[in-house]
Amino acid sequence: MITQNLGKAIRNLGARGIETIWRGGAMARFFWLVLTQSGMSFRRIGLSIREIYFSGVMSLVIIMVSGLFIGMVLGLQGFETLQKYGAEETMGVLVALSLVRELGPVVTALLFASRAGSAITAEIGLMKATEQLKAMDMMAVDPIARVVAPRFWAGVVSMPLLAALFSSMGIFGGYIVGTVLVGIDSGVFWSNMQAAVDFRYDVMSGIVKSIVFGIAISVIATFEGFDAEPTAEGVSRATTRTVVTSALTVLALDLMLTGFMLRSL
Amino acid sequence: MSTLPDSLLVEIENVDFAYGKRAILKGISLTVPRGKVVAIMGGSGCGKTTLLRLIGGQLIASKGTVRVNDQDVASLDREGMYQMRRKMGMLFQFGALFTDMNVFDNIAFQLREHTDLPEDMIRDLVLMKLNAVGLRGTAKLFPSELSGGMARRVALARAAVLDPTLIMYDEPFAGLDPISLAVVGQTIRKLNDALGATSIVVTHDVVESLQIVDYLYFISDGKIVGQGTPDEIRASTEPYVKQFVHAEMDGPVPFHYPAKDYAVDLNLSTSTSLKKSVS
Repeated sequence: MITQNLGKAIRNLGARGIETIWRGGAMARFFWLVLTQSGMSFRRIGLSIREIYFSGVMSLVIIMVSGLFIGMVLGLQGFETLQKYGAEETMGVLVALSLVRELGPVVTALLFASRAGSAITAEIGLMKATEQLKAMDMMAVDPIARVVAPRFWAGVVSMPLLAALFSSMGIFGGYIVGTVLVGIDSGVFWSNMQAAVDFRYDVMSGIVKSIVFGIAISVIATFEGFDAEPTAEGVSRATTRTVVTSALTVLALDLMLTGFMLRSL
Repeated sequence: MSTLPDSLLVEIENVDFAYGKRAILKGISLTVPRGKVVAIMGGSGCGKTTLLRLIGGQLIASKGTVRVNDQDVASLDREGMYQMRRKMGMLFQFGALFTDMNVFDNIAFQLREHTDLPEDMIRDLVLMKLNAVGLRGTAKLFPSELSGGMARRVALARAAVLDPTLIMYDEPFAGLDPISLAVVGQTIRKLNDALGATSIVVTHDVVESLQIVDYLYFISDGKIVGQGTPDEIRASTEPYVKQFVHAEMDGPVPFHYPAKDYAVDLNLSTSTSLKKSVS
């Protein structure tokens, strides 16, 4: 009995492992297909701009408000610790570095995956469930070129811009806390930050991260939608998978990229 | 049984198709002559829609050949397939209108994708197609604002927008009220004759089909079990066709899904009298 159950458990584990690897392979092939079918997204730029509006512009409020709050919280927490060492004037540096290098790209990516990624999956999944993709294919219009690629590129373009806005709003939040609430001189706040933040290492690493996260989230969101089982339940499962897979992928990629980018390593 | 004229647009020869291990079509052969409206009938899940997908090249037969306009569909590459599909129109079961576009843009979609026509000419063409299905007034509405019958007619106009040589209809009558049903039926016939097109209507609506089509095929269990003109079908004595046309409850298509003996199921295996009375 025990050996039987154990055998079943091992078989299940193996099946899930194979399934995961299979999906990874399918996603990689899908990614390649999207890249090769991207011509239309650039030739008819209006298609992509429309999607940038839906994924990027519509995410502005949540990204900016979250950025502002996180910057303020960073300011408060940073001040609490820094004043123990009499270093509260370097608060600007702490806020800017943590946002630009790390929190900006990562938190934006997590928010983007839940706000825009899930919407993309649900939209493509529902188009599949209502046979709109098949209809398009029968009209000799490739759904990957017409529906998927513009959404993919919109995500890739929107992510770094949103991450930049997130960091800017965060720094502004930190500035408000630092100068208005705590009373640090605003000249000191800015000049310390300016001296410590390096464009090539700090800002660029944030930009690279946000572009990589943008690609990852866009591939996951469009693939899950395209691959969704064409039922209400299938679409809802695909949407959940987009958010979960994107979050885990972003965090894993962040660890890898940080490892590559840190100067001291 | 009448014979069909020689000029054939679609020829299906000895085609097998299976989803995994579930065989759907078993050595099916049929032809569709140019200019005619042909119905493919049969119960739900008998492989009618699969047949349309094979003709449109969305599925490829595991055995046999599907030829459209003298081209073997299976031998076409992507470009060739898309070239072929530009001459086809397809009406999907529930319309499959693009929900993010209004009626006008839905119909203009293929004109904008495949032609370089100026916008004012597109406008004229779209309004003409909409007028043909009696829905010019709905141009600015979104698909969610249309009734089922109206959505079906818009989809019909969309399927015909590039003046295709072959129009395929997947269950065009499903779920329509009697008025919409008659309107859609008549529109299919008129559209076919006006465009000089060929139409394949996949349906299980016998009454409406017998009024508008030129020829009917009956499919059951992946095979053709009957065919003929509407008059021949009405007079047919073939058991399956007869059961289908006259909507008889029992016949070659049994009322009961296969199950073990009723009496055994009720733990009354010794009661032969009950067994007799239920069978």
